[in-house]
Parts: sequence; structure tokens; C-alpha cells
Amino acid sequence: MIQQRVVFNNKVLPYLLIAPQVIITLVFFFWPASQALYQSVLQEDPFGLASTFVGLDNFIDIFTDEIYLNSLLTTGFFSISVTFSSMIVSLLLAVMANRVLWGGAIYKTLLIWPYAVATMIAGVLWFFLFNSTAGIIAYFLRVMEYDWNHALNTGQAMFLVIFASAWRQISYNFIFFLAGLHSIPPSLIEASAIDGASPFKRFWTIVFPLLSPTSFFLIVVNVVYSFFETFGVVHAITGGGPDYATNILVFKVYHDGVLGLDIGSSAAQSVILMSIVIFLTVIQFRYIERKVHY
Amino acid sequence: MSTASLEGIKKSFGDVQVLHGIDCKIQEGEFIVILGPSGCGKSTLLRLIAGLEKITVGTIKIDDREVNNLEPAERDIAMVFQTYALYPHMSIFNNMAYGLKIRKMSKEEIKKRVYNAAEILELTPLLKRKPKELSGGQRQRVAMGRCIVREPKLFLFDEPLSNLDAKLRVQMRLEIRKLHQRLNITSVYVTHDQVEAMTLADRLIVMDKGFTAQIGSPLDVYERPANTFVAGFIGSPAMNFMDAKLENNGRSIRISEKEYLELPGKGLPEHIDNKVRAGIRPEHFVICDAKEAQIKLKTDVVEKLGADTLVHGFTLENNIAMTVSLDGIQHFDADTILSFRIQPDKIHIFESESGKRLN
Repeated sequence: MIQQRVVFNNKVLPYLLIAPQVIITLVFFFWPASQALYQSVLQEDPFGLASTFVGLDNFIDIFTDEIYLNSLLTTGFFSISVTFSSMIVSLLLAVMANRVLWGGAIYKTLLIWPYAVATMIAGVLWFFLFNSTAGIIAYFLRVMEYDWNHALNTGQAMFLVIFASAWRQISYNFIFFLAGLHSIPPSLIEASAIDGASPFKRFWTIVFPLLSPTSFFLIVVNVVYSFFETFGVVHAITGGGPDYATNILVFKVYHDGVLGLDIGSSAAQSVILMSIVIFLTVIQFRYIERKVHY
Repeated sequence: MSTASLEGIKKSFGDVQVLHGIDCKIQEGEFIVILGPSGCGKSTLLRLIAGLEKITVGTIKIDDREVNNLEPAERDIAMVFQTYALYPHMSIFNNMAYGLKIRKMSKEEIKKRVYNAAEILELTPLLKRKPKELSGGQRQRVAMGRCIVREPKLFLFDEPLSNLDAKLRVQMRLEIRKLHQRLNITSVYVTHDQVEAMTLADRLIVMDKGFTAQIGSPLDVYERPANTFVAGFIGSPAMNFMDAKLENNGRSIRISEKEYLELPGKGLPEHIDNKVRAGIRPEHFVICDAKEAQIKLKTDVVEKLGADTLVHGFTLENNIAMTVSLDGIQHFDADTILSFRIQPDKIHIFESESGKRLN
């Protein structure tokens, strides 16, 4: 690639140009992150008037708290389910979109739409559709004599938040898979067809392995998404319930900090979440970017 | 070894017809080269034989079995792609073994065949590597190895050498020829390079705009081109053409008021009224004394290529551009007048309008 080196005559201008990005990063990322780090070693009194340094007590409390450990498991299950269900569906759609000859553009555009829906709205949307008294899907389920009530049934609640979260992420994965499929030279597929591979075999022996860089990238992105961005879905649909069934880590941070006003514990939980995302990012850059090449 | 036949092959993409009825019978062990300029439909024809495209009208048979509606896999063919199309995530061994594994061949048999092919193509030390660790020529050989191990009925090549540099191309051309002599698998080879075509082919199919312009042995096509398209396309530098008139009861042609060329034998008395075009290859001009001259040229640019010298010039009489190829290194200044004779049997006569060969 040809890179052009831009030369500025004005000494201040380049700094001004990067200033918005730097300020946003500082204000919305570094400041809260440092606040969280600081707060995680403090304990605040109920009225927010005084705080005491307590060392790592907040962390010890968290890891001995059964609700937190349960939330950790819930999050694990939730994020694996969201990641794989949404990736499998989007891969399937991308493979089909790649073959469509007629109306492909419409099909692709429609598939990208859900990504424009904010997570909270997505949550509300599915909440209404599945609402046991007013929801149309719940109504049809009742017609089919299936008793749906995600406000009471823990399994159904979990299913619904996974479903809504995965639904929204399908668009994103779809775009990447479609781009990945496009970058596989058609002659490879033709060569394997001439070699005698059935379409199914062609997919598993040629296409899928060649998509592995895309797939690994998406796994990391989707896990991060399901850890953090799904807050809106959970908040709108279940509020972490019933019986903590959908109480994922990021929702618990909000619940304990904003509603429970246990700032110290909430901050400690944020720090843990922060280290998880740092860990995933390191994997993304160090391991995947280098190793997953063919 | 197998035969193949193409019967009235037509192909359209939407409203655009790219092949207008191709007929050809391919004999056992024959090496057929399909030659033509880009966009003449030669690659499409090969893809139809491979089964990668559907035939619009016509029949393709391999060993007298109609294969029109068979999948590529069921046709028992192998193809070398222009881009090699090696599977980038597999080792060379697995690239070559892929087709055999899919056919559920035993492990020992696969090993035997792959090692055998690797031996022939000198790939044995590379079997554990990935395609990206090989050079262009080596990749090309792997692509051929992948075809050899299958022992197919028909070998298809889609411009396999066009991605290689000039020197390697000459070398690989020779290797393909040797390979064919050794294995004798019926082959169809598509190229736009006439040197490849002339050296590799048992028979040539010259294509022009979706029609077959001529089918014949390379020398046949060179010595007796069927029409002006083939005459101009085959041979480098290209054949010189000039408008002419038959006279003297068809025994000679007049190319200008003062110049005429004699034709061999009785000439073409039956075409005496036709407008014709005469074609003379650059290498068939013989330099001579001014007194014996049949054609005189005024030189323009002289290219000295070492082995021969190309003289570009214009006929003195009616200013037609001509190229003449002379042996060895010759020195001429610009605007020199040169005299030439032409052997009567080296003159090609074509009908002006249709471009068809007359003699």
C-alpha cells in the first residue's frame, strides 16, 4: 500500500485534529477506569459522606459471595451461547447470501438492519413480542399449548436474553462472514468441485478453514459484546431475574452500584470485568492476529 | 486414455452469446490447444468441458458418454487453473491427496500415488510445506501433481503459465510437453500465447469471437491459415496483407501498377473476378538485386534482435506498411530502398470480403 506522509506547516493543527479523540478517550475511558480502580479499594458509608481504605477486602467479599459466583457462571453460559448461536446463524445466512443470484442486495441490506437497533430497543422489542399477557409470540406459543412466561420461568428468561442479544449481533457477524467468503477465490471452490468434493464437503474442508481468521476475530468480538453491551437487553427484558437467572456480571455491576449503592463492591466488580476485557484484547492482538494464518 | 467430442457447443450468458457452435473431436492421448485473443470464448469453452458452466446448446461427450448434465466431479477430469488454486491451508502432500481422500482411496494407495507424482515433478522435498512457501514454478508443478495423482480421463489447462516469468514459462512449457509424452493423457490446453500453442499442440483450435476459425496441426495452421484472422493471429511478427487483383488468367496477382507476384502452378483461374487480399509472412521476403525486385520497400525503423532483424517500412509504389524479418544482424539506415523477391508458394491469397483462404 502506498502511504502518504502528510506534512503540516502549522504546529498546533495536528494536535487540534487528534484532540477530540484523545479527550473522548480520557473523559469516557481513562477517568472512569481510574475512578473504578480507586473506588475498588474503598468502602463508602451508606450516605456517601465518608469512605475508608479497605485494601482488597472488596475483592475478597466478591469471590466469597455466592450470588457473584453464580453470576460468573451465568455470564459464562450466556456469553458462550450468544457467541455461538449468533455466529452459527450468521455464517449460515452469509453462505446463503453469497449464493443468492436474484435480490441479493435487498437480502443483504435487510440482514444488516438489526445492527442499527440499539440494544435497549432490541430488548424492549423482544420483551413485548414475548410478553406473556400482550406478546404476539407468547400468544402463538399459548395456542400451541406451550406455557410461556419469562418473568417466572428461569430457563425461558435465559433463552430470551440470549435470543435477543444474539439476534442483534447477527448483522455484525454476517457482514464479516460475507466479506470473508468473498475473499475466498472462486477457483479454490471450483478446484475442489473438480476434485470431487460435494458442496457440504467443500464447505467443511475448504471454506470453513479459510474463514478461520474471521471466525476467531468474531469469537473475541462476540464474547466482549455479550459481556458488556448486552446490559440493555437484560435490563429491558428481565432485570437480572427471575431468581438471578439472568444476572450477568455487567448487570450486577449496575445493580450493586447504582441501585444498591455499594460503590466499593461495584467498582471491584468493574475492575474484574476490565481485566477480562484486557485479557481478551491481548489474546486478540497477540495470539490470534499472529497464529491464525494459513 | 480417453476421447472427447464437442458437438455444436453454444453458450450464452443472458443475452450475450459467447460461443456460436463449436465442433471438435479429440482423439485418445491427443494434446489439443485452444488459442485465441482474450474474449474469444476459449476459457468459457474449457469451463464447459470441466462442467463449471452449463451448456446452452450442444453436447459434450467424454468416451462416448454424454456429460452435459454431470457435475464436474462425475466427469473424471482434472484441471490446472491459471491461479493454481492450491488449498492454502493444506500441506503440498494434502493438496495432492485431497481428491483421492474424497474418493475414499486407501491410505497406502494415496501415499503411493502422491509420492509417485512428486517424484515425476521433483516435488518430493517440498511435500510437507504450505503453498505460500513455494515459488511460482513450484506451485505450478503442485497444481499439475494434483491432477496427475487422480489419473483422470481428461486433463484441462486454463492458461497455466501466464502467471510465470518469461524464463520459467519456457521451462515449464517443456515440462508439460515431457509430462504429456510420458503419461499420454488426453489434454485440452487454453492459451493466448502462440508460442505455447505451436510447441505444445498436436492440434490447434484457433478461436475468434466465439467461432472456431480453424482446427488443425500447428504447422498446418501456420502454413495454410484458413482465413485472414488466423493468418494475422498466428506468426510473429504478424503477416503482411495487401489488396491485390488476380490477372493473367489467375496465374499472377497485381499489387500495384508496376508490381506483380506470380502464383505457383496454374494459379487461381476460377477466382479471376474476385477481389483478393494477398498475405506474405515477414520471414518469406528474400532480399535481391534491384533488377530482380518484385517488391521494393522504403525502410522506416530497423529492429536488431540478434538472431534476426526486423525491417519496418512502406512499399515504394503504394505506401503500404510492411514488416520484413531477415536472418542475422543487418544494418540499414532509415529511408533506404530495399528490393525483395517472394517465393510463389509462400503467397497466401484470401477473399477480400469474407477473408476466406482461396489457394
